[in-house]
Amino acid sequence: MSFPWARQYQPSNGLMRYFDEKLPLPRLVYNAVGAGYPVPRNLGYMWNFGVLAGFFLVVQIVTGIVLAMHYASNAQVAFASTEFIMRDVNWGWMMRYLHANGASFFFIVVYIHIFRGLFYSSYKAPREMIWLLGVVIFLLMMATAFMGYVLPWGQMSFWGAKVITGLFGAIPVVGEPIQVWLLGGYAPDNAALNRFFSLHFLLPFVIAGVVILHIWALHIPGSSNPTGVEVKSESDTVPFHPYYTAKDGFGLGVALLVFCLLTFFSPNLLGHPDNYIEANPLSTPALIVPEWYFYPFYAILRAFTADFFLVPAKLMGVLAMFASILVWFFLPWLDRSPVRSGHYRPLFRKFFWFGLIPCMALLFYLGGAHAEEPYIMLSQIATAYYFLHFLVILPIVSTIERPEPLPTSITAAVLGSDREAAKGEAAEPVAA
Amino acid sequence: MRQLITPRVVAFVVGLLFALAALWALAKGVGPAFATFGQYGRFTEPMAESEFHKYPEKRDFSFNGPLGKWDTRQLQRGLKVYDEACAACHSLKFVSFRDLAALGLTEAQIKAYAAKKVVPGIDPVTGETTTRPGLPTDRFPSPFPNDIAARAANNNAIPPDLSLMTKARHDGTNYVAALLTGYRGQPAELVAKFPDAKTGPGLHYNPYYANLNIAMAPPLTSEGQVTFDDGTRATVPQMARDVAAFLTWTAEPQLVKRRQTGWAVMVFLLFATGLAYLSKQQIWSAVKPKKN
Repeated sequence: MSFPWARQYQPSNGLMRYFDEKLPLPRLVYNAVGAGYPVPRNLGYMWNFGVLAGFFLVVQIVTGIVLAMHYASNAQVAFASTEFIMRDVNWGWMMRYLHANGASFFFIVVYIHIFRGLFYSSYKAPREMIWLLGVVIFLLMMATAFMGYVLPWGQMSFWGAKVITGLFGAIPVVGEPIQVWLLGGYAPDNAALNRFFSLHFLLPFVIAGVVILHIWALHIPGSSNPTGVEVKSESDTVPFHPYYTAKDGFGLGVALLVFCLLTFFSPNLLGHPDNYIEANPLSTPALIVPEWYFYPFYAILRAFTADFFLVPAKLMGVLAMFASILVWFFLPWLDRSPVRSGHYRPLFRKFFWFGLIPCMALLFYLGGAHAEEPYIMLSQIATAYYFLHFLVILPIVSTIERPEPLPTSITAAVLGSDREAAKGEAAEPVAA
Repeated sequence: MRQLITPRVVAFVVGLLFALAALWALAKGVGPAFATFGQYGRFTEPMAESEFHKYPEKRDFSFNGPLGKWDTRQLQRGLKVYDEACAACHSLKFVSFRDLAALGLTEAQIKAYAAKKVVPGIDPVTGETTTRPGLPTDRFPSPFPNDIAARAANNNAIPPDLSLMTKARHDGTNYVAALLTGYRGQPAELVAKFPDAKTGPGLHYNPYYANLNIAMAPPLTSEGQVTFDDGTRATVPQMARDVAAFLTWTAEPQLVKRRQTGWAVMVFLLFATGLAYLSKQQIWSAVKPKKN
């Protein structure tokens, strides 16, 4: 795709002309993230997080490959080999802390990316495919992160693996055979650890593949923007390079500052002390919790404490936990409002800021709390709201709401009127 | 009829079902929860662990804060406390003798220290398992050959390895110092309120321990139990602090180097981010609307 005014790649010398004929890779980059990709001129800092997510995927792959050179995926030595990396491998402690906190930051930026998409309804036509692929990436990330957390073979690794694979045991009839098949045994042991390591190495490359599809699908309609009004003319856009490479560069600097502050000054803040105790199948930790980024879904899982007619409580919890993410796949067809941006949707906005956001914040808190009152009651209320929000409130709001008037164009939103667009057009990028 | 089963109707039904199931569980739990609340003024039944457990007090250590550094004399004192009060039961299996260079020990001192320890070895002539004096490359030897021996010698409780102890507990450094000085008689009030929580035989009351009753006997009992080479008075709190500092080092030997690296990284990133901001401003100045 592109807008008719998109710049065309011009090879600047004989070598690049040769490349452009045989393998137009420079042209591909130019059209994907270079001057050949026109982007709405009004993107705020919330639009930085896609690039940041891509950056943290690369951080994870690079640090992960180095760690894999020293790690041993055998239940007898896995914990000791992790400590070997921390103590005896040159800069091994830095690689491991970057990898552990990199996972947290990958999830932080992806959560912000997702909630940006929810507020600005980025999932709506013509961008449904981008959203669907994004949910696939999120699911793959969850699987990868879960298996990665098992690898150090600490107490939380072992018991986390036991609880999560135990969820499949809730499925009637075939549940237990599935659980045994997943683990390669009746409890997590060497077979499970080895396959988790193998899959933890494979899945990031699958994620990278789906990320390419995600970006490809993005380039068909082009980026969304905070007004939700589609691009109409050249004055609505600026070339990705240098405008958004510069803006993303600054955003990346800020993100790295926060990331390195955590990694170098408080690397275990987001972890759990129990994972510095070697896995022991005979000693159950007082509180089994997953990593913080799974807390909302763990809270939903634990909210179902009573059988619901013929469905046992545990199965209900498992179904709800999976459904809570699967429901995102249907958003493009549940929210039928023609207006995208939450800025122009008064009712939707109220439910977003005073419904969904507090509900998610509560679920984040409750997922890490002890399974006792009043946390259980609160997680039941939050869980009920979560499903009502996406499956009942959102469809109804999108039908009955009267949106506020939209700006006539992106240029009008930025400059106050379309007539001033000429000024913007006359301005040439400095370094292009 | 077919018009009725639209995707949105399906969504309503699914959403209502999940919400109803959650609220159904809520309805079932609300009664008992508030009955507990009515009885005790809180949602959970009072337990000895939740009422008498203490969190460790904050202590000042030289390595606290982003600019903190090891006090190597303190670490050496801590090593001595470990040697004389802990090593008989607790292993330190991830630490090598050569690592002690970080405590300011010279190569000769490390060799001499290692040689005093007995480590498992193989007889070079017969190939039989035997023991030999330690070398700087050896790890600290474990006091028990295996878990069964450890249990047998310790009233059925395995003394945990201490290499990572300060990272394996919340606020680990303060926890170790508080635990070692926290032994006391069980409060009469506790026994009166929770008769079942009375400290059992072979156990010792310690409010800093998660379930209040710990199998370990007080390891630091009297002043002067350890003689410090640097002349520091070996009070029980002093020994506890020093060994807590030592175990912080064993758990995270790269702590100071990590923070120093962090400072270099932060200074670089601040500079680079500043440049990135200025170039972003410069590039966007042409298309940004002028503010009047």
